[in-house]
Amino acid sequence: MLLSRRNFFKILGAAGASTALPAGSAQAWSSKAPDDPYGCLVDLTRCVGCRKCEEECARVNELPAPERPNCQCTIFEKNRRPDDDAFTVVNRYFTGRIDNFNKPVPTYAKVQCMHCQDPACVSACIVGALTKDETGAVRYNKDKCIGCRYCMVACPFEIPAYEYDDPITPKVMKCTFCYDRISKDGGLPGCAGICPTEAITFGKRSTLLKVGKKRVKENPGIYLDHIYGEKEVGGTSWMYLSSVPFKKVKLPGLPETPSPKLSETIHHSLFSYLWSPIALFGVLAAFMSRTKKEADNPDNKGGV
Amino acid sequence: MKAAPLNKKFWTPGVLVMLCFMIAGAIAILGRFTGGIGYVTNLSNARPWGLWVGVDVATGVALAAGGFTTAALAHIFGRHHYESVTRPALLTAALGYTFVVLGLLVDIGRSWAIWKPMFNWNFNSVLFEVAMCVMIYLNVLYIEFLPIVAEQFKDRVNLPGMLSSLNSLVNWILKTGDAILNKTMWIFIILGVVLSCMHQSSLGSLMLVAPTKLHPLWYTPLLPLMFLASAIAVGYPMVIFETTIATSSFKLDPEMDILTPLTRFTIYLLGFYLLIKTGDMIYRKTWVYLLDGTYQTNSFLVEMICGIALPWVMLLFNRVRQSRTGIFIAACLIIGGVVLNRVNVFIVGYKPPISEGTYFPAVGEMLVTFGLIATLMFIYRIAVTFLPVLPGSREVNV
Ligand code: SF4
Ligand code: SF4
Ligand code: SF4
Repeated sequence: MLLSRRNFFKILGAAGASTALPAGSAQAWSSKAPDDPYGCLVDLTRCVGCRKCEEECARVNELPAPERPNCQCTIFEKNRRPDDDAFTVVNRYFTGRIDNFNKPVPTYAKVQCMHCQDPACVSACIVGALTKDETGAVRYNKDKCIGCRYCMVACPFEIPAYEYDDPITPKVMKCTFCYDRISKDGGLPGCAGICPTEAITFGKRSTLLKVGKKRVKENPGIYLDHIYGEKEVGGTSWMYLSSVPFKKVKLPGLPETPSPKLSETIHHSLFSYLWSPIALFGVLAAFMSRTKKEADNPDNKGGV
Repeated sequence: MKAAPLNKKFWTPGVLVMLCFMIAGAIAILGRFTGGIGYVTNLSNARPWGLWVGVDVATGVALAAGGFTTAALAHIFGRHHYESVTRPALLTAALGYTFVVLGLLVDIGRSWAIWKPMFNWNFNSVLFEVAMCVMIYLNVLYIEFLPIVAEQFKDRVNLPGMLSSLNSLVNWILKTGDAILNKTMWIFIILGVVLSCMHQSSLGSLMLVAPTKLHPLWYTPLLPLMFLASAIAVGYPMVIFETTIATSSFKLDPEMDILTPLTRFTIYLLGFYLLIKTGDMIYRKTWVYLLDGTYQTNSFLVEMICGIALPWVMLLFNRVRQSRTGIFIAACLIIGGVVLNRVNVFIVGYKPPISEGTYFPAVGEMLVTFGLIATLMFIYRIAVTFLPVLPGSREVNV
């Protein structure tokens, strides 16, 4: 239990050297977003609530067919969320707009994973089962997942769903961005390919931003001058155009800071190169060795 | 005041009640592993973490802090006066962390995959660091506990029946292990403290990745510091709590000569926690929420007033510090405050960004939690009955 003087100085030296490290390594947090990812631009003014995207998404991802696929009325009475059986759902909102006959005008909005540029879920995942791909897709690998559901806690859009009824091999379920299709030349996500009104435009994110801004400019008075997802949580691959405030269609107002920024900054400044644990070890060892010398009673066996 | 096994009856009515909870918990766990997590819990896609993470894991880790705080005090800072409480605190910590891991096994969807973080590293993930620290620390705790087992069984190994041929081998392992540990124990003691500081604080960092989902009364960049400060502050109150319960239920000497001076540290440690929590609230101007009457705010107020301020003021009085009941009540309040803090951060203060509706744990969730706690107490009782953990020689009323 006694710490030799030589050992003690070795430890203290290591601790000293390591405290110097963070100063040198404290680069500011930088985004890990891919340079030129794909994305989708959803134009809520074009969506008619046909729910074809739900059906096609289920088909290409081998999920059960959506509930009452041909219903475009009563299905909307309840607000739905994507879940372990559906990667995307369309909801209807009455936002207070009325038409010429004083009838309320519905707005339809599709929801799915936003494929964030700096995704909170990817930063959070304990084993790296979630990854942000060059294509922009945030992909899930069930073979790494341990089912801690930290990704679900982290996601600011409340997207990942869980197979709560599977006792042994539950999976996290969320939109795949149809990775298998978009990673091939000319491939389109199922939902974007089927949409009859071209409400979902697939393309490079940078192009989509231009398209969106042009649409806003060329149709004065129609769109809000805000592309949802351009800046939210540092930017997302899926983006929305709308004529009604995004909050009213349950797209939450979010800061422009990427969600993982603060947590990663704090975490890395505390633990990069394990400098703080090593320093603490050194300091405590120093204390211990001193108190040991003072207390003239080295026989401390088993008294732990 | 050397630690000794208790010489007492094991089966008491209290133990039988524990047994009932254990059986009920086992049935709920069976339900979890046949019907899925959804079958026994109220968890949802909007509320992925509930009672099991908030209480079994986060609170369990916080309340096991007595282990490293007493070890630091007695062995690192050389206050040997407190040595007699290090053993029970170490036992609680070892058991506490064992049950944190058991709780995790029930909570995570793919329990059989729990080893995967060892080979799949995500250094950006706070949870990854927590998991690694907890895993190593659990082993450190077992190692620290080994000398106690060795002390009891060295040269007395007497396995029943067929196993008796292994007697000399087991004895040799115990003796060699003990001899090696005798020389190297200082490493494990310091390592235990370092690992504890790391993951106690990182547990607080867990929610930092979800800035929009945790109520501003709790979401602050100082969360890791607060978790660490509260874990350190709750360490000695936990010792007071346990010692008082153990000494009164086993009718041992109440050890006030140790507990009263311990509270003096608590005044500073709890005071620091109170200071950063209040300071943070003022600095970030979150006091504007204080009177809005929501249940989150009320929960925060209870945490701050009954769980921190009140016991802190209580302990300032010498009369309270000298009274067995006084320090017991103060300790209970402090522990309650830390429990409530963890529940607040992981459950009450968590608001899903889109879905409405609140979460309240299902009966199945509670049965599992109570069952795990009962099992922990049951094993604690076995351990103190048969191993030299509690100071035995000053027993009264045998
Ligand atoms: S929306 Fe949620 S699940 Fe999708 S990438 Fe962003 S953080 Fe991850
Ligand atoms: S549930 Fe799976 S994917 Fe989600 S954070 Fe945990 S290990 Fe990663
Ligand atoms: S991108 Fe693919 S997985 Fe995602 S909503 Fe569209 S069809 Fe479904």
